[in-house]
Amino acid sequence: MVRDFTDIFGSTWLAAAASVAVIMAFLSVNSLMLIWMERKVSARMQRRLGPTEHGPFGLLQTFCDAIKLLGKELITPRHASTKLYLAAPILIFAPIIAICSLFPVSGNWVFRDYDIALVLVLAFTSMSILGIFAAGWGSNNKYSLLGAIRSILQNIAYEVPLLLSVMAVVLLAGSLNLRDIAMQQSGIPYVLLQPLAALIFFVAATAETNRAPFDIPEAESELIGGFHTEYSGMRFGMFFFAEYSSMVIVCGLATILFLGGWHGPVLPGIVWFFIKVYALIFVMMWFRWTFPRLRFDQLLKFSWLVLVPLAVLNLLATALVLKLL
Amino acid sequence: MPELIHVARDEDRDTYYLNMGPQHPSTHGVLRLRLLLKGEEILTAEPIVGYSHRAHEKMAENRNYIQFLPNTSRIDYLSGMIYNIGYCQAIERILELEVPERAEYIRIICCELNRISSHLLWYGTLLLDLGGFTPFLYCWDDREEILDLLDAITGSRLTYSYGRFGGVGMDVDEEFLSGVSAFCKRFRERLPEYETLVTKNIIFENRCKDVGIMDLEMAREFAVTGPMLRALGEPRDLRKDEPYGIYDKFDFEIPTRTGGDTYDRFLVRVEEIQQSLSIVEQAVSRIPDGPVMMAKPPRKIKPPEGEYYFAVESARGHFGMFIVSDGSEIPERIHLRTPSFANLASLREMLPGTMIADTIAILGSIDIVLPEIDR
Repeated sequence: MVRDFTDIFGSTWLAAAASVAVIMAFLSVNSLMLIWMERKVSARMQRRLGPTEHGPFGLLQTFCDAIKLLGKELITPRHASTKLYLAAPILIFAPIIAICSLFPVSGNWVFRDYDIALVLVLAFTSMSILGIFAAGWGSNNKYSLLGAIRSILQNIAYEVPLLLSVMAVVLLAGSLNLRDIAMQQSGIPYVLLQPLAALIFFVAATAETNRAPFDIPEAESELIGGFHTEYSGMRFGMFFFAEYSSMVIVCGLATILFLGGWHGPVLPGIVWFFIKVYALIFVMMWFRWTFPRLRFDQLLKFSWLVLVPLAVLNLLATALVLKLL
Repeated sequence: MPELIHVARDEDRDTYYLNMGPQHPSTHGVLRLRLLLKGEEILTAEPIVGYSHRAHEKMAENRNYIQFLPNTSRIDYLSGMIYNIGYCQAIERILELEVPERAEYIRIICCELNRISSHLLWYGTLLLDLGGFTPFLYCWDDREEILDLLDAITGSRLTYSYGRFGGVGMDVDEEFLSGVSAFCKRFRERLPEYETLVTKNIIFENRCKDVGIMDLEMAREFAVTGPMLRALGEPRDLRKDEPYGIYDKFDFEIPTRTGGDTYDRFLVRVEEIQQSLSIVEQAVSRIPDGPVMMAKPPRKIKPPEGEYYFAVESARGHFGMFIVSDGSEIPERIHLRTPSFANLASLREMLPGTMIADTIAILGSIDIVLPEIDR
């Protein structure tokens, strides 16, 4: 029996409000923990200690940072187009909440159980680009604009292989329901059946989240801060939270599509789900602290000339094999 | 030569100006680049310098030769030892002072250590500009050891003022020498780590190969020196060409490459680190005992009237001092020919046609120190 929030609360509106509250709480704490994790991981890779002062293992450091951000002045640049400028942090964060409500974190735990959840997730993922463009355009700063343009081109280029690799999984599973897809992997996770698709998905997902080595829209050594150059205080914090939340999302999606979701021995499903998600996030952090940044044209070439053809071939091969079986 | 100021015409809506710097994370100080862009492609580039001008040359004109000594290690704060000792060597050459053997060895050790530390800083910041943060801290880690060693004998980490006319400021002890050999040993073990992390990284190669290509003619036009010139296949190095100090007693090579792109400049400097290491090792193993200061240093520095030029190979290239003396204690004029200034000017021709991301890579590969350019 699947229980989503609508069953518990009876009313769709109440359920929606409750899910948003839970997800917001989870995402904010989670982002803070992930920032702490990022700092610790990078520190260990660079023979440093990372934060140690506040709380055990410096765990409270990022909470202090968030409080500091809350106290900072919010500056709106003089010639910014104010509406876009103010809307951007919200635009970038809202789809993430919607996506989170669709994730089945264990066999009978999902905020909203849709049959077309996968389509919704992918649609919402590409929506965050609107926020980035609004930020870049609205800031009235050349660096921000360049960052916004870069990020749009990058998202278009990487959405295609992302979708193509996901399609292979959909063909295998025969369903767009995330819960069904994960259910079918109780035996063999799809990463073993679709290793190429998994690889393409992960690379494209890294690019999708603007993480290094694909962090060219915010490349701090070239564009200072890219699209969020002009933001200060908690508005900047929203971009920061959005980045880490979208990491959770793409890694959660990868877990559901390729790593069998909540399936695993001994431990309860929800624990397995988060273990897998955080393991993938760790890999993403590992990327970031190992690789230099790609150049813009190389990034696009890599997508159109390597990832897309591979993903198409993979999809065709999958379809052929399924037809023959 | 592009014109100094471009006025964008009204009908020219596709191009725009981007002021990169003076406040920008990757301009290595206060360099300002005025870029005319079309999308991300650079049409013209114009480096604007002078934001950290400190009037070193003017200061030289109103103080005596000894008082100018501390200024020299502040010209280029990343390889201050080479500039400082280079100035001492210039004065010694003019006054024909004899420097004790031990002092010469100490000078070589310090200068080469300083060269390594300067190259390490460049290595780290180049990678930082390209988006790789971890190598930067690896370099910082190793550079810190050099700074600690130099700190132990000179008392400062960057602006050493260790040279004296006729020797060095203080003798080194056994602890320093064993520390230097320990550093060399450990650092040699670290170099393969750097190689696997950076040199063989495909993203790094793609970012640097065929980026910012310079040809010999351009190099001559802009009087480019140092590792940038050696990356073009010209084995020009003052330590070999016009040996000063006791560089002729050491066995080392001048690494060269032929491509002249960012990657070649990178490789040349990496090999230079190894050559410097070998010089340091040779010097530490052969250092003689004895005084570190000449017996009777002159109390008043009064070069005979005339014009003198002396140059040393700094970490960035040819550092020359043109000294005009009127026979008094105060120099008539000291002109400093600093390598980064000439090297930076080549940006004007290297940048057009590249992208913003390449700008950062090329700028990083030149290895500029802004205060040394502005002086």
